[in-house]
Amino acid sequence: MKRSHDSAAVNSDMIRKPIQRWAPLFLVPMVASFLIGFVWPFCHGLFLSFCKFKTTSNWEWVGISNYEKALADQSFMYSFGFTAVFAIVSLVLINVFAFAVAYALTQKIKGANLFRTVFFMPNLIGGIVLGYIWSMIFDGFLGYYQTSILMDKEWGFWGLIILTCWQQIGYMMIIYIAGLQAVPEDMLEAAKIDGANGWQTLFKVTIPNVMPSITICTFLSLTNGFKLFDQNLALTNGYPFVINPDGTAVRTTEMLALNIYNTFYGQNTASRGVAQAKAVLFFILVATLAIAQLTATRKKEVQQ
Amino acid sequence: MKGAFQKEKFGKTLTTVLFTALSVIYVFPVLMVVINSFKKNTFVKTDTFGIPNGESHAGFDNFINGMTFGGYPFSKSVIYSIVITILGTILILLFTSMAAWYISRVDSLACRIVYYGCVFSMVVPFQMVMFTLSKTADTLKLNTPWTIPVIYLGFGAGLAVFMFVGFVKGIPLDIEEAAAIDGCNPFRTYFSVVLPMMKPTMISVAILEIMWIWNDYLLPYLVLDRTEYRTIPIHIQYLKGSYGTVDLGATMALILLSIIPVIIFYLTCQKHIIKGVAAGAVKG
Repeated sequence: MKRSHDSAAVNSDMIRKPIQRWAPLFLVPMVASFLIGFVWPFCHGLFLSFCKFKTTSNWEWVGISNYEKALADQSFMYSFGFTAVFAIVSLVLINVFAFAVAYALTQKIKGANLFRTVFFMPNLIGGIVLGYIWSMIFDGFLGYYQTSILMDKEWGFWGLIILTCWQQIGYMMIIYIAGLQAVPEDMLEAAKIDGANGWQTLFKVTIPNVMPSITICTFLSLTNGFKLFDQNLALTNGYPFVINPDGTAVRTTEMLALNIYNTFYGQNTASRGVAQAKAVLFFILVATLAIAQLTATRKKEVQQ
Repeated sequence: MKGAFQKEKFGKTLTTVLFTALSVIYVFPVLMVVINSFKKNTFVKTDTFGIPNGESHAGFDNFINGMTFGGYPFSKSVIYSIVITILGTILILLFTSMAAWYISRVDSLACRIVYYGCVFSMVVPFQMVMFTLSKTADTLKLNTPWTIPVIYLGFGAGLAVFMFVGFVKGIPLDIEEAAAIDGCNPFRTYFSVVLPMMKPTMISVAILEIMWIWNDYLLPYLVLDRTEYRTIPIHIQYLKGSYGTVDLGATMALILLSIIPVIIFYLTCQKHIIKGVAAGAVKG
């Protein structure tokens, strides 16, 4: 205790003060870029969500009407529903498969390293490229039936699911493997000696011990699902479209991020205020999920 | 007991067989890219899964045609992607690690504000800032491959600062004190004492940033002057997304060329990549 007190005192005199004089070199470049690349665009965006604007210099305050329009926008609500279903389905599939694969690979089977290498590989390839690779494959199959992934909403949905699973199972697998390797060996041995069978050990010993990994992976796949953009753009780009009686189009495989993008950069430049309001709502949604994750992880840590 | 042992051994062999089959399915899409990059355009659609034969075989035509496809040289895209990825990663590694050290050691109110600002930025999706960020970048002339790394430093600082601060907090002060007693100024202390100790975290952060920047599509698409500068993902999106006839064979050839370096990078740095991903999993 005394030692740490001493070192804190030395810290302030010998380390802290001299570093402070070097702030222009150590802190300023990062903070300046952070202000340019994040803080200012964030605050500016928040402000513009209450304005009507076509360019950032030409704005007019309209209060919360952008938010009202965003919430009344049928295509936005549709994409929210589509994204939510997508996020939940992909969450379940990714985590079940990733955990099963990680569990099998930690049982000292032959070729485990090679399998791990193969399953993680799709993560290195970018979303746009992945989207086009899979669009070629799906259309290759569907071509036999004279159709395409762009023709049916269901195919688009499951196409996105397959693509996302293919990409993310390997990623989550890595996190699960790290968690499984940290399960204390003596606990597993004790279970064996007590006569527990494989399933009992899995559910009563292994899973409770990897709860932190499970929390991380479920939330990660949930937020990834909500934020999906590149793959959506490259694989379906919202197709097929359904034209409403009033002339508006609903893009039946358009997810939230793509909906916001299309509202910003579509034909109607007058809707940019609404697009920014949608982006703020999207941010609140994603941030809420992140905070929920943090709380859940903390809770688990306290319990252990 | 012997029966149970044999049963377990059988189970493991079965798992290996099952996983071999699964691996083949996993590699299949990449294999298809390889096969189709040697096929003539029309056959990519009509005979996607066939091996190129006498009629459909295109030789290296796709690779040659693809180089100038879409009225934009592919080699330029490769160069821009490399420049942006390398500059962006170096900038992030250098300045966020320096800032993280400063933040942990000085620990003033301002430092805490910067730190929590960085943590906050990790949960903000890009769509929230994309419109205003691209305008800001335009105004400040950060819209070229040589200046866009500043944007990457700003928008990507959050995770890097978070990871570096987490590491620096665990470094015992004694070493830095000893350096200070020996007459090192903070600059020397940092570069000859602290920086070498940060190597494992440096590698993890570098891996995450390289994977992010190399594959990033929307940020450079919105920020860069698109007629002049296209990174590889932007170029491929242009080829496929543009109206009119798409030369699928050539697109597959370019996709193959763009994933070969990635696969080589993966196979050579695999251990670091997997460690880096596990370390960065905190990102929400």
